[in-house]
Amino acid sequence: MMEFVLWIWGFWIARTVVFTLLVTVGLLLAVAYLTYAERKVMGAMQRRQGPMTVGPFGLLQPIADGIKLFSKETIIPEQAHRVVFLMAPMILFALSLIAWVVIPFDKDWVLANINVGILYLFAISSMGVYGVVMAGWASNSRYAFLGALRSASQMVSYEVSMGLIIVCVLLVAGSLNLQEIVLAPRPFWTQVLLFPMFIVFTISILAETNRAPFDLPEGESEITGGFMVEYSAMTFALFFLGEYANMILMSAIAVTLFLGGWLPPFGLAFLSFVPGIIWFALKVAFMLFVFIWARATLPRFRYDQLMRLGWKVFLPLTLVWVVMTAGLLMTFNALPGQNDGAYAYESTANIPANIKAEQ
Amino acid sequence: MVVQALAFYLFAVVLVLSALMVITARNPVHSVLFLILAFFNAAGLFVLLGAEFIGMILVIVYVGAVAVLFLFVVMMLDINFSDLRKGAMQFVPIGLLIGGILLFELGTLYATWQFAPAVQEKLAAAASVAIEADNTKALGEILYTKYFLPFQMAGMILFVAMIGAIVLTLRHRPGVRRQKVSLQHARRAEDVLEIQKVPSGTGV
Amino acid sequence: MAPSELLINYLPILVFLVIAGGMSIAMIAGSLLAGIRKPDSEKLSAYECGFDAFSNARSKFDVRYYLVTLLFIIFDLEIAFLFPWAVTLGKIGMFGFWSMMGFLGILTVGFIYEWKKGGLDWE
Repeated sequence: MMEFVLWIWGFWIARTVVFTLLVTVGLLLAVAYLTYAERKVMGAMQRRQGPMTVGPFGLLQPIADGIKLFSKETIIPEQAHRVVFLMAPMILFALSLIAWVVIPFDKDWVLANINVGILYLFAISSMGVYGVVMAGWASNSRYAFLGALRSASQMVSYEVSMGLIIVCVLLVAGSLNLQEIVLAPRPFWTQVLLFPMFIVFTISILAETNRAPFDLPEGESEITGGFMVEYSAMTFALFFLGEYANMILMSAIAVTLFLGGWLPPFGLAFLSFVPGIIWFALKVAFMLFVFIWARATLPRFRYDQLMRLGWKVFLPLTLVWVVMTAGLLMTFNALPGQNDGAYAYESTANIPANIKAEQ
Repeated sequence: MVVQALAFYLFAVVLVLSALMVITARNPVHSVLFLILAFFNAAGLFVLLGAEFIGMILVIVYVGAVAVLFLFVVMMLDINFSDLRKGAMQFVPIGLLIGGILLFELGTLYATWQFAPAVQEKLAAAASVAIEADNTKALGEILYTKYFLPFQMAGMILFVAMIGAIVLTLRHRPGVRRQKVSLQHARRAEDVLEIQKVPSGTGV
Repeated sequence: MAPSELLINYLPILVFLVIAGGMSIAMIAGSLLAGIRKPDSEKLSAYECGFDAFSNARSKFDVRYYLVTLLFIIFDLEIAFLFPWAVTLGKIGMFGFWSMMGFLGILTVGFIYEWKKGGLDWE
């Protein structure tokens, strides 16, 4: 019996490890080719060709870049705090990986189908600040210090509006589980109601991932690369990988929350012969294209403008939107679970036994 | 079950050790980093108990927000730690005194603690309900209605914190020029620009 | 859901954490071993524009950064309260709705106060 249980466990662990490695390798490849796609797309937008020497159409360029970064010299500045200096990129990279554990790639294609998936993602993304702040502190360099300070404030500011937007989606979906959020029925008018929030969310994730036009933390013209200034070789590569993996992650979150995850676009049933994961990948690719497009198009914000946008425009707007969404859904009886009968506080049926005893 | 027990001991041991490191580490930055590790393991323990929501909120609020502030304060201050430690010895008696009083109070509490008669059943009931339903929903169903007053009080406390933060930290520097977006938008070309035809060869 | 079933869902997170951590350590360690390392004092000094760093980089900075973090904590807590409310609003009905409106109202007063005081202005 004992042996049998151990076999089951062994099998289960092996399966999880294999899937984890699949996700990780897939993600790293996606990151590598995202950098390639970025250079090609930006090239096309600026009427040049982008990388095209290494391999056909320059397709091997990201691999060459990776090998180069791997074999370069790792410099740890004398004044730096060694342990924290090396830990910072690792944390950033590891965080951008472990968030993927709850993302549903297709129906039931999810490693950890937890009840509070969206909270888990919110928690992971709120920890991204640490990699940056630790890097800035451990480098013991002025540029790094200023970059970290800016970056941390910026990420923190836009997280507030991201949280409020997530609340809007939860009101419609009525669950914290990501699969249920995707599958929750969404009448057309709730889609219309959520659409402005999708726009705000897209802008917020640009700021959250420190991408142009919000790339002040690494604005090369003012602070020469910000918190990453002292990093080289693989430590730099991990920051780079983490940043791009974060872009893909945030796009995946936006797709899961607003664009219907693995479902075919616009609820077109005749398109469902295409596997869900392809739809998911296409939607994520679209979001990533928006990232690159924004970088090629928009000039950088000034820091006071950035803070103003976050605190004085997005925060009030999303707060009002939460109240409005809740009020409208309530009025039109469209909240999930609203028609299930008596309200919880009126009937005693839904109140846990121990509380009922007190009453 | 074995895995659960193993996970519990892992989280518990790391939690206690990192909590110890928080108070013994020489460098305050290390203290904060160990504090974050402790928060994580506490979140892990909550999840082991089935309290997923509390576990995640612990990470979001304490690790994602509170510890960031601590880290800001500690990291960016240029404190000379050897100077700081020199004066520390004079506070030992008062520290011991306060610690002693707290210990005494905890002891009295422990000695006189009595469980209400039906507490075991209630505990069991609470646990089963929390696990049966999605516990975020179980929480939501009572927090805003049955516990209306404490909830509003929490709002007041946050309000006071907000006012306090402004009063304590807000300093205006004189002579700072700010961007006034409404003024910029209100500015019209007719008000500020004048287009003049200059015949060639005459000058303005 | 039985407790063990709930926890099984969390185990992949632990597995993933171990793998992600191991990978990042392996990548840095591998590069440290594979790369040529010839440190000299110029390479190892902190980067400044062409001169040696005058002083330690840790210096006092604008108190506004603290204020932003403080306000963030408060709004983060507000959002933490909103999550369970959002998923159960259909069940708790009008009373639950107005209960949250009261809570948000109080905080909005605080928000207006800090706006008017200029706490959100960046100099």
